[in-house]
Amino acid sequence: MSRIGVFVCQCGNNIESTVDTGQVASDMKEMPGVVFSCTYKFMCSSPGQEMVRQAIKDKRLDGIVVSACSPHMHEKTFRKASESAGLNPYKCEIVNIREQCSWVHHDTTKKIGTRKSNDLTRMIIERLKKNKPLKKINIPVNKKALVIGGGIAGIQAALDIADGGREVILVEREPSIGGNMARLSETFPTMDCSQCILTPKMVEAELHDKIKILTYSEVEKLDGYIGNFTVTIKKKAKYVDESTCTGCGECMEKCPFKADSEFELGLNKRKVIYTPFPQAVPNIPVIDAPNCVMLTKGKCGICAKVCGPGSIDFEQKDEFIEEQVGAVVVATGYDLMPNERFGEYGYGKIKDVVSGMQFERLASSSGPTGGQIFRPSDGKVPEQIVFLQCIGSRDEAKGVSYCSKICCMYTAKHTMLYKHKVHDGQAYVFYMDIRAGGKRYEEFTRRAQEQEDAMYLRGRVARIYERDGKVVVQGADTLSGTQVVIEADMVVLATALVSRPGADSLAQKLGIGYDKYKFYNEYHPKLKPVETVTAGIFLSGACVGPMDIPESVSMGSASASKVLALFSSDEMAREPIVAAVNKQRCNACWDCVVACPYTAIEKEEVKDRQGNVIGWNANVNEGVCQGCGVCVAACRSKVVDLAGYTDEQVFAAINAF
Amino acid sequence: MKIPYYPGCTLNTTAKGFDLSARESAQTLGFEMEELEQWNCCGACFPLSPGNVMALAAPAKVLTNARKEGESVTTLCSVCYNVLKRTNVALNEDKARLAAVNDFIEEDYDGSLKVVHMLEVLRDTIGFDKVKEAVMRPLGKLKVGAYYGCMLLRPFKDVGIDRHEGPTIIEDLLTAMGCEAIDFPDKIECCGAHLTMGREDVVEKLSGNVIASAVNRGAEVIVTSCPLCQYNLEKSQESIMETNAGHKEVPIIYFTQLLGLSLGQTDEMAGLDGNKFDIRPLLKERGV
Repeated sequence: MSRIGVFVCQCGNNIESTVDTGQVASDMKEMPGVVFSCTYKFMCSSPGQEMVRQAIKDKRLDGIVVSACSPHMHEKTFRKASESAGLNPYKCEIVNIREQCSWVHHDTTKKIGTRKSNDLTRMIIERLKKNKPLKKINIPVNKKALVIGGGIAGIQAALDIADGGREVILVEREPSIGGNMARLSETFPTMDCSQCILTPKMVEAELHDKIKILTYSEVEKLDGYIGNFTVTIKKKAKYVDESTCTGCGECMEKCPFKADSEFELGLNKRKVIYTPFPQAVPNIPVIDAPNCVMLTKGKCGICAKVCGPGSIDFEQKDEFIEEQVGAVVVATGYDLMPNERFGEYGYGKIKDVVSGMQFERLASSSGPTGGQIFRPSDGKVPEQIVFLQCIGSRDEAKGVSYCSKICCMYTAKHTMLYKHKVHDGQAYVFYMDIRAGGKRYEEFTRRAQEQEDAMYLRGRVARIYERDGKVVVQGADTLSGTQVVIEADMVVLATALVSRPGADSLAQKLGIGYDKYKFYNEYHPKLKPVETVTAGIFLSGACVGPMDIPESVSMGSASASKVLALFSSDEMAREPIVAAVNKQRCNACWDCVVACPYTAIEKEEVKDRQGNVIGWNANVNEGVCQGCGVCVAACRSKVVDLAGYTDEQVFAAINAF
Repeated sequence: MKIPYYPGCTLNTTAKGFDLSARESAQTLGFEMEELEQWNCCGACFPLSPGNVMALAAPAKVLTNARKEGESVTTLCSVCYNVLKRTNVALNEDKARLAAVNDFIEEDYDGSLKVVHMLEVLRDTIGFDKVKEAVMRPLGKLKVGAYYGCMLLRPFKDVGIDRHEGPTIIEDLLTAMGCEAIDFPDKIECCGAHLTMGREDVVEKLSGNVIASAVNRGAEVIVTSCPLCQYNLEKSQESIMETNAGHKEVPIIYFTQLLGLSLGQTDEMAGLDGNKFDIRPLLKERGV
């Protein structure tokens, strides 16, 4: 016979107002196997927990039921209390009589609430009788981290993990780390030069003996589970031997061919053998294979001739590297909505209509114009410039209903940059709302309007066309209720921030979730903002959604602290709620293998003593299993069971209703 | 190939050239536009209030009669196209409305007719490549502005035969015909439409903007597929000339007239006499 204790919480008045907890306690006392019951004002308080511990010891309880709030709140609290009193924590069960009972019933006579609490508690008591003591599973942890994406978020995460004494592999798709931040001219709201604050971090990452940077590389495959991932990284051929290249730049100087610069967003050309920008890390050029005459036609080879150390290797092939890591930080960043979608704003047709990021390059001292604001068509200094906010953002018709969040701030910054460089010029901004939430952000947008003479017009622009060398902007000013026509010299579009192309396929490789915009899903948007549903994989930066630099850096550091906590011991304990296969009865139909969303079930060989394969079994990898129970439902012969949620337990609860 | 064709009232009266040149061009391109046996006015205006079932009766009657003759009906006039197509959408999206209209007109229309514009037939069924092959009289790189107005494009969800911002269907046809298509900013702006009956000043301004915009980009001729646009653009030029003696008249003609000429039609077949501003001197200048 069981010796069960029932503890009914009043939660101040939260439960007590519609549930007669005293009645519940005395009714439950009558149940077979229940030897103790009581009620208390706040069971989760220290005295409440002490009551639980005392009762377990005094009454020699072999199981307890706490009827209180949702198990999300205090299951941990009471399982800890049980453990400290010598009871296996998995012999402690929580009944939710608050969110699922008292809060949804308004019957002050307490009849309904009391009855329902009785029903719920009774079910769990019967379930508890079938509970088996479970032990946490210990899994070894490989203390090396993988960071995907070398923008500011990824760099910060890598640096913090490395400073914590752990090894990091930083994978970047482009030839250099730095990401979008490397493109920016100055940063809001402090107006400090973006590269000046970014490049020290890039160099720090390069020189850190715990960080290994793999540029021009992409994650091909990720297997395994928390603490024990195996990652396959595709290292694209650079056609340059990284071990011997000195970064002298002679090859880039002498290369006779040019292509559009990705880094300069088409505003400038670069050589076919190139580094994206002068402060590139690593400072090793790559050959743009599709544009290289040597690689496509077998002629030229000038770079190889001028290279002192003989680092050019036209025979180089893509390489696949396998690494063992214990945790992964995903920091793949954002992209801007493709420009062709804005036909009405003349994008692609009118040269002097540029994107916000292109304007950053025009304003950047290392950009194609050396920081002078020249318009692309004829190189004239624009005397009137119009900035349009919310281009694509908050626009269902363009498929983006969210706010891109940073555009209000960077547009205000653009007006200032413009004013600082073109003193007599006039900047106009068409906006929908000004969203400047953040420390010193509102002051910044006010400054743009009040001190830097930017003319803010609340309204949308209908269309933009060219006339006599001017870009005519036709829009509405909804505050004065008039139509506005501005004969501008240049127009800058604050286009929507979107996820990276291929964000979805990377998520599928990693086994993490993403939303309809292909931004990655946090485990919990408020309380677990850097975790994902897959244990051991963390998120940082704008791959989660539009965000600015401070937020990206915070998330990078937050992910690093999570990784370091995981790496703080050699083994990690995890919940024992995992599936198990009764191998004697498994008929190897593999339905569970197909059903498992975490690829946690393997096909296992059954061998005789001579080592011949005589059959097959399904086998659950406890490290990977998340305890979702899909395999239990899928199994036709009912031989998979979930520890802590066995069929026996579940049916016992149902039968007690 | 015979295509059921709904001319509408204007094409039988003031825009005879539009009708004639289109039919002749169709013949040359290997299909026949067969006028519906029974048809009435399209209503000329789509009711904007969803509860206005009465105004759907006339266009529904047209659709019903057309459905009896085939699966699709082709129109030329932009207004007819707009009204018929939107009525069809309105009837299809609300079965109760369809039933009410059917009750009223004592018919049993099921909403399955397809309403197409001749431009769509040329693009999707015939193909502009085929038009290009059939051209006998290339128009000497005549600089032509394609004026869409609103009825061909808006509301985009229900009507749009092309991208509502920056359409190119007429330009593509013009290029096939051997003209130089001139893109101008106001090609999708309003001409003033029915305001011509009470507020000529507004029409003069709006149509004037359209013409100025096209001329500014170098257009010598403007083509349209809307009789009302055609009327307004011609009419406004008369007033412009009263105040501005320097204004050089711009022929406003239907795209089918230009198509007909390029396919080798005579001036009569292309109905050139119906236009206020004659295109012939321009063609003569070009030697075509």
